[in-house]
Amino acid sequence: MSEIFFLTIIGIGIVLCFFRMLKGPTAADRAVALDTVTTVTVAFLVILGYVFKRYVYLDVSLVYAALMFVGSVVIARFLEKGI
Amino acid sequence: MADPESTSDNKLRSILYMFLFLYLIWLCLSASLHYQELLAGIFFCLLLTIFLHRQYYSLGLPPLTIKRFVFFIIYLVVLFNEIVRANIDVAYRVIHPKMPIKPGIIVISTKLKQDIAKMILANSITLTPGTFTLDIIEDKFLVHWINVQTEDIEEATRIIGEKFEKYLRVIFE
Amino acid sequence: MQIVGILITGIGVLFLLLGSYGIVRLPDVYNRLQAGTKCTTFGALFTIIGVGIMEPSWFWKTLIIALFILLTNPISNHALGRASRKSGIPLCDRSVVDKASEFEQYKGKV
Repeated sequence: MSEIFFLTIIGIGIVLCFFRMLKGPTAADRAVALDTVTTVTVAFLVILGYVFKRYVYLDVSLVYAALMFVGSVVIARFLEKGI
Repeated sequence: MADPESTSDNKLRSILYMFLFLYLIWLCLSASLHYQELLAGIFFCLLLTIFLHRQYYSLGLPPLTIKRFVFFIIYLVVLFNEIVRANIDVAYRVIHPKMPIKPGIIVISTKLKQDIAKMILANSITLTPGTFTLDIIEDKFLVHWINVQTEDIEEATRIIGEKFEKYLRVIFE
Repeated sequence: MQIVGILITGIGVLFLLLGSYGIVRLPDVYNRLQAGTKCTTFGALFTIIGVGIMEPSWFWKTLIIALFILLTNPISNHALGRASRKSGIPLCDRSVVDKASEFEQYKGKV
């Protein structure tokens, strides 16, 4: 029961971040919002795995965290001086 | 420290540490004690260690001693305490209707020499109350502070960096 | 055990929400990075470990995920902050001090 409540709260957080992504005056604002969304999504996936009782979701969230770490660093490099 | 006179003793030690570290991660990931899992873990960890131990050696981690280990544990406890305080602080600033922030960019200095020690210090500063490392040049850190209390380099170093630096200096000296 | 796990997860989820709210509310990129780094790292840490406590056979793997986030999140946020400073995004009006120009002169010295 409480898991659904947690998922709802995290969902509200993700929507708030997307609001900043739409509004953000500069590209860096959007990149920061995206980075926050990825971290929040990892937590979301772990709780989702607990709700469905599937162990595989943990692997998914680990790989997602690894990929988006590299993605954030690449976006930062791009903002700094182009690729 | 990546000096050219790397003795075979140091090399062996770095291989051993890296193997143990990788194997610990493998045990956590597989989360079972079946003998096939353990054997596969030994095989892959050895493979990775043989190919990658040069990179580990160039990180410049000091040899492990009891004193360093104890200080590292104390450092982790201090860091965790600071992280909790940081979060309550930032959360308070976000919720408060007037937003009591006073942001600014200041410079602090450090006495640490090795790159890995500076990296750990910079990450710790990022995770602690209201401060965020923006850039590093040699021994100077550029720090964004959400509630600026002082503009002086020495004073800011004492407030922000000193509580971690005294442990890191013992660990990496 | 179940109760402890739910409590820890609840604290983590609350901080995740506060971090997202800070992203929307604070005035400029650097302040947003502060909220985005601290609150989300701590919140994700507590949420994931709380799930590990609720389901004890998952504990070790959740520990690995939490440690991974704790190690990588400051690095990627530091890269973003450095990039936004290099690309010349100004500080907000409420800032009191900016020593970036003083910092630049250390570059050639050592």
